[in-house]
Amino acid sequence: MLKGKAHVFRDNVSTDLIVPGRYSHLRSNLAELAKHALEDADPEFSKKACKGDFVVGGLNFGLGSSREHAPIVIKMNGISAVIAKSFARIFYRNCINVGLPAVICDTSKIKNGDVLELDLKAGRLKDLTQNFELNFSPLPKVMRTILEDGGLVEHIKKHKDFKL
Amino acid sequence: MAATLAEKIVGLHAKRRVKAGDFVLVSVDKAALQDTTGPLAVKQFNELGFKRVKNPKDCFIFLDHCAPCPTKEQANDHIVLRNFAGKQGVRIHEVGEGVIHQLLLERYLKPGDVVVGSDSHTCMGGALGCFATGMGSTDVAVAMALGKTWLRVPEAIDFHMTGRLKKGVHAKDVILYILGLLGSDGASYKSMEFSGSFAGNLPVEERAVMSNMAVEAGAKCGIFPSDKNTKKFLKEMDRGKDFVEIKPGCEEDYEKTLSFDVSRLEPMVALPHTVDNVKPVSDRACRNIKVDQVFLGSCTNGRLADLEIAAKILKGKKVHKNVRLIVVPASRKVYLDGMQKGILKTLVEAGAAVQNPGCGPCLGIHQGALGDNEVCVATSNRNFKGRMGNPKSEIILASPATAAASALKGVLTDPREVL
Repeated sequence: MLKGKAHVFRDNVSTDLIVPGRYSHLRSNLAELAKHALEDADPEFSKKACKGDFVVGGLNFGLGSSREHAPIVIKMNGISAVIAKSFARIFYRNCINVGLPAVICDTSKIKNGDVLELDLKAGRLKDLTQNFELNFSPLPKVMRTILEDGGLVEHIKKHKDFKL
Repeated sequence: MAATLAEKIVGLHAKRRVKAGDFVLVSVDKAALQDTTGPLAVKQFNELGFKRVKNPKDCFIFLDHCAPCPTKEQANDHIVLRNFAGKQGVRIHEVGEGVIHQLLLERYLKPGDVVVGSDSHTCMGGALGCFATGMGSTDVAVAMALGKTWLRVPEAIDFHMTGRLKKGVHAKDVILYILGLLGSDGASYKSMEFSGSFAGNLPVEERAVMSNMAVEAGAKCGIFPSDKNTKKFLKEMDRGKDFVEIKPGCEEDYEKTLSFDVSRLEPMVALPHTVDNVKPVSDRACRNIKVDQVFLGSCTNGRLADLEIAAKILKGKKVHKNVRLIVVPASRKVYLDGMQKGILKTLVEAGAAVQNPGCGPCLGIHQGALGDNEVCVATSNRNFKGRMGNPKSEIILASPATAAASALKGVLTDPREVL
């Protein structure tokens, strides 16, 4: 069970907003890069994010570039899961690969600062502030296996191959 | 076997018949890294615990996104990639050789290949009839280690295009039109496949424009059949022997078919800040937009045909005094051909600043960041807020013709006004 505050973002948050190109020189310095996570969508995000919090998006979250640094820096800010109405394909796959749960459900009613409780196994998200509950479909088995192993590197280290 | 192009190619690599929705392991023919996502891939590769890349001759590294390096940090990232390439026997493409996708197209990809690259525009390989898709650094690191990856076989949309383009209208306008129609997630997780007489007649260089931007509709890949034009392109690249014919499936194989006649299309632009904010350049919303910078280049539109279109418009003329025109050939071959044909001379005489082959200012790392409130007309593929280095600037996506016309006039201009 994961519990934390919601940081709500709009539709179409691109990876250029999550990890702006002007910080490309920090891509091998992830601790420094993480301070700029989502900076162009919310300049205060990195300061406000607390361990266990959630990033909540709208439609097509993470569209654009394949930069895996995007889910990595979100995770490094203590975020326990990204929840959105829909995800761009590469970002979604990258989240799972870096061990950051990505949940697809209707986020319309969730407000910034709401306290959420996420049960990944049961496929249930509770908004404790507004007192409502949302259900979501589990990940496809292949992705669930990778996520449960702790990401793709851990999965391959464990099995020396894909075991999906 | 009736199947979409994606199903045919993935099936051959999964060694079984596949259909949309299946999860499969496939062998990977080519794996590619570039310099902003490559260093992370090397880090992940080292953590995986594999000593050697599985098929070094089918792995490629490109120094293109920040080349030459603007900072010492990026220069150090380049060292990481050079060392990895040297140790593993993987071919590396130095600063100035060109953009990853253009070099893959010119030198390496074969029709029917499964291609993964740590860059979202890897889908450009679909122009040669490849199942080519962008992935994250870890996925590509694993593909390099194991020679395989997992895929969900995508549903496919058939874009059946007929007719001929009017003067001043180009492949870029067609894909922008499609993006306006679909929206930036209108083909999420799907294979965009192109058919009809227009697709059949389109040269590979222009197919590349459309395959390149498939990801801007959220697609996994954007594939053209491999046909006579594919053969012609491969011959021109001295790779005639790489040709394999790949025919598309039947209408019933596709989730849906969108048919349209390209002869009714006008020059199109994507206004800030989304790729699907598409309007005909003749629209009221496009009037009197002052332009500060024009970028002609990128994997989308930095090929010889693109530079030639711009040179025709700018020949004997001068770029507007308030505009800086940045030209970036997509590869060294394009650069040399452009020199030989006098195209670069024409552009330079018109006032262009020609930069070395690579990604140029497309993604805001170097070579042309925008100032506050500045507007750039760009032939590249993304106009997201902040994309070119400044969230307070605006990017308008357009064809090389519209870009050149706008450079000439200093405002966003319909190229038909200057032809």
